[in-house]
Amino acid sequence: MNPRAAMNLHAVWAIYRVEMARALRTVLQSIVSPVISTSLYFVVFGSAIGSRITEIDGISYGAFIVPGLIMLSLLTQSISNASFAIYFPKFVGSIYELLSAPVSYLEIVIAYVGGAATKSIVLGLIILATASLFVPLTIEHPFWMLAFLVLTAVTFSLFGFIIGIWARSFEQLQLVPLLIITPLTFLGGSFYSINMLPGIWRTVTLFNPVVYLVSGFRWSFYGKSDVSVGVSLGMTVVFLLVCIAIVAWIFRTGYRLRN
Amino acid sequence: MQPIISISGVTKTYATGFKALKEINLDIVRGEIFALLGPNGAGKTTLISIVCGIVNRSSGTVTVDGHDINRDYRAARGLIGLVPQELTIDAFESVWATVNYSRGLFGKPADKAFVEKVLRDLSLWDKKDAKAITLSGGMKRRLMIAKALSHEPRILFLDEPTAGVDVELRQDMWAMVRRLREDGVTIILTTHYIEEAEAMADRVGVINRGEIVLVEDKAELMRKLGRKRLVLELRSPLATVPDAFSHYALELSPDGGQLTYTYDNQSERPGVASLIRELEAAGIQFRDIDTENSSLEEIFVNLVRKQA
Repeated sequence: MNPRAAMNLHAVWAIYRVEMARALRTVLQSIVSPVISTSLYFVVFGSAIGSRITEIDGISYGAFIVPGLIMLSLLTQSISNASFAIYFPKFVGSIYELLSAPVSYLEIVIAYVGGAATKSIVLGLIILATASLFVPLTIEHPFWMLAFLVLTAVTFSLFGFIIGIWARSFEQLQLVPLLIITPLTFLGGSFYSINMLPGIWRTVTLFNPVVYLVSGFRWSFYGKSDVSVGVSLGMTVVFLLVCIAIVAWIFRTGYRLRN
Repeated sequence: MQPIISISGVTKTYATGFKALKEINLDIVRGEIFALLGPNGAGKTTLISIVCGIVNRSSGTVTVDGHDINRDYRAARGLIGLVPQELTIDAFESVWATVNYSRGLFGKPADKAFVEKVLRDLSLWDKKDAKAITLSGGMKRRLMIAKALSHEPRILFLDEPTAGVDVELRQDMWAMVRRLREDGVTIILTTHYIEEAEAMADRVGVINRGEIVLVEDKAELMRKLGRKRLVLELRSPLATVPDAFSHYALELSPDGGQLTYTYDNQSERPGVASLIRELEAAGIQFRDIDTENSSLEEIFVNLVRKQA
């Protein structure tokens, strides 16, 4: 066996399992709390306020916000899962073991990003199930629904991984999600159709990558979208490629890992 | 025989401009216990971190059992177990989980019997379900060793293994090191407890300010650089050392009751036997004789001081 060619699958599995075990250990934080907060969104926006809002694109408001809410949790959880997973060993110093192990960068990324993405996909599906208790749901394109779910989870887990490596403190770890991701998701058409915005703001919104994720994901449910689904998919893939490129650069240079 | 680790021309300059290592050349012999001595900040941990792949070097090459640590990093790293200085463990993992994790990380298939043996050897078996955070400092140190041994390494790095460790653990640890060596594992340890190096090592390297000052067989080092001291308890005190003995440079204690002769194996001074013969001939009688070897510590301190 050529040791250079073979993948260290034992390592991928070992890391993945530890990440899953962490999720189970912190089930309250990683599953229950997002489900509760999403349920609150449904109660407030879906029922209380939503009942006063007319349908959007022929979809009841409660149902309209479901894809956006799932995306919201998917984005924030993917980032926080992955950033924490790689930041924590850096913080306590146990990263030495990962760096001294016969593990390739690809394997490290597959294991950590795979673990983070799995958790947020499971969470997305749980929120979907929770939502179906509040509003009647239809999923017109289940394959694309899953594809968007997986693509987004992987992309933003990669993004979280980058943040986790970049961060030098817990404050920095929270900074990007708080200052960038939360505003982007709230302004990304989760709670409204961007067609409802005045002209100039509609154009500004098109620079927000989250718009494409939410729009494409909503299309997979109801067949209606703010921007064409091809563009949505394209933008998501572009963002994925950008993240992959940054991760590749980090590993090539040892940025904040091996210096 | 091909060295198991070959370090040549390795330098490390940190982003701050600090030169942690200047041109390190060092070969580690297969199966030996090598002690790397040096004061704090000498570059011991940086050197180990480079060999283990934790820190990128600025220049030079390192091979482990013939494998370049960059081109063939899998083969190279797979051979090495590292016990770092700091107790850095995921605090919320159980002992069992974290040791199995380490084994997997190094590409070894699960082997419960082997992991059990490692834990038993380190008196950790009773604690296998305990979370790392609940362990005492000594137990955590054992756990770090268990993690390093979990993948059956052929080379073991122990970075300051006994800093802040109690006597019992220290003895267990040395017993373990000896067992590993019998199994053919090469051991490299850093320490500033020199008595440890003296007791354990086959060879000693001294590093200071990022440079290897000396690498020597321990016994040879003690022989070459070790000073010996002969202390004679006199029957009756002397007022002064007789002139006939001036070439011995003897020291007389203030009370005149003790003569001390310091010599080393390379010295020009005549041997102990002739001194004793001459003392007897001069009618100076003594009650007792004592000899002392200088320790590795003195050798080390002298070396480092000389360089400063």
